[in-house]
Amino acid sequence: MKTYLHIDWTSCDGRGLCTELLPGVLDRDDWGYPVARGKVGRERTDVPLRDADRDAAQEAVFLCPKLALSLMQRTVPEPGQRTPGR
Amino acid sequence: MSQPRDSYPAAPQDNYQDRQQAGYQDPHRDAYAPPPLQGPRDSIRQEPRLLAAGPDAGWARHTDIFGRWEPQAAGPGLLEVLAESGLTGRGGAAFETWRKATATAGSGRKSLFAVRPVVIANGAEGEPLSFKDRTLLAHAPHLVIDGLMALAAALGQAGTSGTNMYIYAPAASLPRVREALAERPRGKQVRVVQAPETFISGESSAVVNMIANGTALPTDQRRRLSESGLNGRPTLVVNVETLAQVALIARFGARWFREAGTPTDPGTRLVSVSGPAPARDVVLEVPGGVQLCLVLKEAGMDPGSLSAVLVGGYHGRWVRPAEHALSPVGPPGRTARPGAGVIHALDLQTCGIQATARIVSYLAGQSARQCGPCMFGLPAMASILNRIAGGETDHRLATELDRLGRLVSGRGACRHPEGTTGLVSSALEVFAADFRAHLAGYCTGPGGVAA
Repeated sequence: MKTYLHIDWTSCDGRGLCTELLPGVLDRDDWGYPVARGKVGRERTDVPLRDADRDAAQEAVFLCPKLALSLMQRTVPEPGQRTPGR
Repeated sequence: MSQPRDSYPAAPQDNYQDRQQAGYQDPHRDAYAPPPLQGPRDSIRQEPRLLAAGPDAGWARHTDIFGRWEPQAAGPGLLEVLAESGLTGRGGAAFETWRKATATAGSGRKSLFAVRPVVIANGAEGEPLSFKDRTLLAHAPHLVIDGLMALAAALGQAGTSGTNMYIYAPAASLPRVREALAERPRGKQVRVVQAPETFISGESSAVVNMIANGTALPTDQRRRLSESGLNGRPTLVVNVETLAQVALIARFGARWFREAGTPTDPGTRLVSVSGPAPARDVVLEVPGGVQLCLVLKEAGMDPGSLSAVLVGGYHGRWVRPAEHALSPVGPPGRTARPGAGVIHALDLQTCGIQATARIVSYLAGQSARQCGPCMFGLPAMASILNRIAGGETDHRLATELDRLGRLVSGRGACRHPEGTTGLVSSALEVFAADFRAHLAGYCTGPGGVAA
């Protein structure tokens, strides 16, 4: 099982609190929305977290003013494995 | 939105009844034997399957051609047959149909109480260049309904009291769908919902949202639809052509299905082909892995007189019509992914950058305006493309376009940003010389015609 920070883009308003709490994980884009550093594709919506970042991520989830963040526990998909709708 | 185009070619001949008499009645007993390995076929000649019943086929004509058949009876074992057939979704993502269906069936069984799953036939095309789904719904609605009922029966095996069935389609297709449902047994069990004419109305979470709440906007998918979709039920959203293929596979078996196409891209697919005049817009049924050039020729175009071809639609890619096989799998340089089956050719006089700028402007306007990166990123990309197309000569524009593309991709509730950036990156690649020319202050046009 691995922990992911899920960003609900339909709720996110680019307030930027998460990027301050998780500076090593999240950067801000031209318009102030979070960008997962060094990630591509859907890992920018379900951002894989290192154990060291988990507490800060939990805090970001609690403090996000738009309730756009959540933590997910998921098994790591095998390489090359595709899932529908993702 | 373009008008519905009924560009269905000549009424096809059929030999389904011969096939049935030759021992295809019981597909589930068909032991699957892989066909001999072969390269992509060099011929496009494909005997019609999906449209075999001819134009505007009603219930009588449908049962005449395909035989009387009880979709409910196909339920047990259907998912196994679909796995053997290798059918992939014809709506764009080309995901294996049996995997998607099995995931939905599995989550219905996992919960404490058996949950009634939902199957939705998705007939929303949304994009102006696609018309194969509405052609199919106009001419073979019963095949789609057969597939929907068969798949619903297959999902409802786990002690559930049945599966909810929906057909979701744009207004123009609905009278035909309602007529077809009215003339067949159990047709009343299928509910019909109108799809709005927007680009993203066919995205699967938008489909579920429209049926549940009346707004066809994609929703955040923390949980997959196969786990929790319409009213929290496990939900399967399937393209209408995929369902028609399911109906044929359920009737005639996996081995029959694999008689067309290649081992890695079995069966046939419908493609909406459009291009410069005098070529007419036409829906063709082509075998999997067919050469793109042959499809263009079949539609009345000379591949040599085209500058580029948009394959897969507005979320697809530009390719130069060379030795590309039309298939969702294969090496990128030699394969063009059919996506939702759109093939649109540009003539030599049309500037590819201007064409791409028009498409990206349209796509930016079709953003649901829910997700920031898409809402701001796509208009920014469209604006830069329009500046390049309009003759601005700042060399940083191309770099900026590339940067913006990388900034928005992967960040949204649906795949609208990725689809759009994929198209732009293929334009930067295929029209690289034109970009250089534009940024140097002139437009060559692929045929050397100044624009």
